[in-house]
Amino acid sequence: MASAETTPQRTFPQLEFTGAEAGLREFPGSRSRAYNYFTPQKLRATMYEDVTFDVQPDPERHLSQGWIYGFADGPGGYPKDWTLLKSSDWHRFLDPNEEWEQTIYRNNSSVVRQIQLNLENARKADAYAGWSSGWVTFVERNLGAWMHAEHGLGMHVFLSEQRSAPTNMINNAIAVNSAHKLRFAQDLALYNLDLSESDIAFDGGVHKRTWQQDPVWQGVRENVERLTAIGDWAESLFAANVVFESLVGVLFRSHLVMQISARNGDYVTPTLVGAGEHDYDRDLRYTRALFRLLTGDETYGAANRDVLQGWLDKWVPSSVRAAHELQPIWSQPQDRVVTFADSWAHAVSGFRGLLSDLDLSEPKGLAQ
Amino acid sequence: MSRQSLSKAHKKITELSWEPTFATPAKRFGTDYTFDKAPKKDPLKQILRSYFPMEEEKDNRVFGAMDGAIRGNMFRQVQERWMEWQKLFLSIIPFPEISAARAMPMAIDAVPNPEIHNGLAVQMIDEVRHSTIQMNLKRLYMNHYIDPAGFDITEKAFSNSYCGTIGRQFGEGFITGDAITAANIYLTVVAETAFTNTLFVAMPSEAAANGDYLLPTVFHSVQSDESRHISNGYSILLMALADEDNRKLLERDLRYAWWNNHCVVDAAIGTFIEYGTKDRRKDRDSYAEMWRRWIYDDYYRSYLIPLEKYGLTIPHDLVEEAWDRIYNQHYVHRVAQFFATGWPVNYWRIDPMTDRDFEWFEEKYPGWYNQFGRWWEEYSRLRHPGANKPIAFENVGYEYPHRCWSCMVPCLIRSDMVTDKVDGQWRTYCSETCAWTDKVAFRPEYEGRPTPNMGRLTGKREWETLYHGQDLADIITDLGYVRDDGRTLVPQPHLDLDDPKKLWTLDDVRGITFNSPNVLLNQMSDAEREAHVAAYRANPNVTPAA
Ligand SMILES: [Fe+2]
Ligand SMILES: [Fe+2]
Ligand SMILES: [Zn+2]
Repeated sequence: MASAETTPQRTFPQLEFTGAEAGLREFPGSRSRAYNYFTPQKLRATMYEDVTFDVQPDPERHLSQGWIYGFADGPGGYPKDWTLLKSSDWHRFLDPNEEWEQTIYRNNSSVVRQIQLNLENARKADAYAGWSSGWVTFVERNLGAWMHAEHGLGMHVFLSEQRSAPTNMINNAIAVNSAHKLRFAQDLALYNLDLSESDIAFDGGVHKRTWQQDPVWQGVRENVERLTAIGDWAESLFAANVVFESLVGVLFRSHLVMQISARNGDYVTPTLVGAGEHDYDRDLRYTRALFRLLTGDETYGAANRDVLQGWLDKWVPSSVRAAHELQPIWSQPQDRVVTFADSWAHAVSGFRGLLSDLDLSEPKGLAQ
Repeated sequence: MSRQSLSKAHKKITELSWEPTFATPAKRFGTDYTFDKAPKKDPLKQILRSYFPMEEEKDNRVFGAMDGAIRGNMFRQVQERWMEWQKLFLSIIPFPEISAARAMPMAIDAVPNPEIHNGLAVQMIDEVRHSTIQMNLKRLYMNHYIDPAGFDITEKAFSNSYCGTIGRQFGEGFITGDAITAANIYLTVVAETAFTNTLFVAMPSEAAANGDYLLPTVFHSVQSDESRHISNGYSILLMALADEDNRKLLERDLRYAWWNNHCVVDAAIGTFIEYGTKDRRKDRDSYAEMWRRWIYDDYYRSYLIPLEKYGLTIPHDLVEEAWDRIYNQHYVHRVAQFFATGWPVNYWRIDPMTDRDFEWFEEKYPGWYNQFGRWWEEYSRLRHPGANKPIAFENVGYEYPHRCWSCMVPCLIRSDMVTDKVDGQWRTYCSETCAWTDKVAFRPEYEGRPTPNMGRLTGKREWETLYHGQDLADIITDLGYVRDDGRTLVPQPHLDLDDPKKLWTLDDVRGITFNSPNVLLNQMSDAEREAHVAAYRANPNVTPAA
């Protein structure tokens, strides 16, 4: 609401030499030039640690008066019982991506710039003209449906979780994850808009029907909607990033779209979906670091593994079913480069690798 | 992007949301508001494709300015008086910022219309930006300003000091209790729409007058995101107004949020601006003058009052009362005096006021000298250790105040203090409205209707209670406000770094017992308490002439 305003005939403040620069005097404390209230992981704190650590206070660290506002039915702040998982020290988690202000904008800007450039070039080169009608249908329906999944996760899973974890380190990492998902969903939607404005016969509205009604997509939609309904923040993070993404997200993006687009004469889609894959690689990195810390916890590791094992039993069947219901779309494109069985085998093997990283065992129902 | 293609793109991305049929998003945070009749609101068109590069561009300017400030030796002309208060301000503000990010899902949960979710999601990313960019600015100050002590302990000091608690309401209030009370009325309709003007516009211009042009660079960049946040909040407010049943709650929340923001933000920012500046030009606006323009004219008259036609009950009385406290009752000056009284438990240094300051105060706030002048003369006289204790423990006619249970700023306009036994405990409040906040607003029922989602006041609300009866040296040690030689205090009641003998150490404050006014109040008999409270309210708290 502020607006600049100038009054005529104003005087201006006089600047003077004050000598208030570091090093111009020696006195007790004059060399104390590092945040001293947390222990950095390495010898010197990183920029990331400096701008993130302890910004969200914790009664178990320095918060001496406790949280001063609460909910009607419990304490305010960030109660540790908002998840079943336990940690000897939640503050040990550091985001391996070291996300803060500058990385967020640099990374996402470079992605959107790259994508816009690619789309512009595609338009100029008339790159969609050579698409077969089968491929057009594949993109308008399936890539179209998928953008809803990304959006739903960004808006109602990750965005919601970042209110609830006990440290700033965890919540910021999840907030960035949410931003990735929302951006990627919008990237796909705007790509869809470009395609419907191009000269090819592309139905820019069919994605809604596909997502809401096409039987092959209902398993995925159900899985996503159920993910949004989880109350425990860590459970929803785990069920989304470890289970759903491995078995459905990676399956669709990496082991289907990325494999078959080029063979169907489409050089544009992989650049968008590749950006989404790259985001997920980053997001999986922090997710893996967080759950490894929890399963390896000297006090609570065993109990955490039990809880996570229970969550696997609960969530793997939904994602296995969602993946298998998608199977018919493997035979839609004219040029079938990969079979569902191959793609699924790749996805499952990635998931198994992740489970072994996390020291978890394979749940029943995966071998389907 | 052209306007037309922006509209088209925005329309396209609204296709991303859908009506769920298998399960609906978890309601982690409840509200007593209803949005069944809410009309759809057309929010600002925000698209991440243009958002990220736009913000990156802003960042580049900020980081460029930071490099330039260091190369240009900015700190050779920065006023220490000013920079010391930044140790307090910048310890507080990153938490409210990040809390605003955390508040967004609460608003999204509460408001069913997906049209406005997108803008709230973008705000979440903005607020992560604000929090970390401010932490980075502070890091730069710590590295380049002459006295890093106090910056080095920043987030710990924020968590364990009495002033951190005052500031923390502006943050905890965003993320607790009723989702709309917190994430819409308190955060956006009041804090962002009204008070970011003093925080992010008035204060940076004062920084520049004191040789610091980095604070303006960072905070103007932050403020440039606020208009989008204000627009998000405005849409939700209009939607809430569509339902008659929400009116009473809106009235309650606007009263609470307005008053708490006034108590907390005006206390802090008013002090930084009036007591942190060396700029005493007579045509320099006082905090009261800035407040009149930014808050009274721009917010109250141009934003709030027009909402009356939609059925919003505006707290006209509280706006006038806040103005009266700021201008006639010298609210800000009383707070500054309290901060200076409490210097041993601060984590920054406070410069004494000089004749030049006195003259300016008297010009801007007639009657200032009679109330505060002699006390500041005593403050200056007692600023070095050796012959005297810290001013709070010397007899200068200043009675240490009770603390307000609600806003946690002390009860400084003494005749307004309210005392009451609430939840089995004698509590003091700075004002009728703060008493109402605890006794009426933050309760499971409001004017006969159940308000099961309303928040609660919790925690150890009087900071002094934590240290009742303890030795001041032990308290400061426990707080950690000691420099790296293990004995010199971080806080000092002056800026003299030329001679180590002028710096207070733990030895200089040992043997002084610190007490909690609230603990003492609760130990009194009814008769003692009544006499005490009457005397408290009647005491003008003026330092007698020497
Ligand atoms: Fe902000
Ligand atoms: Fe904001
Ligand atoms: Zn109060």
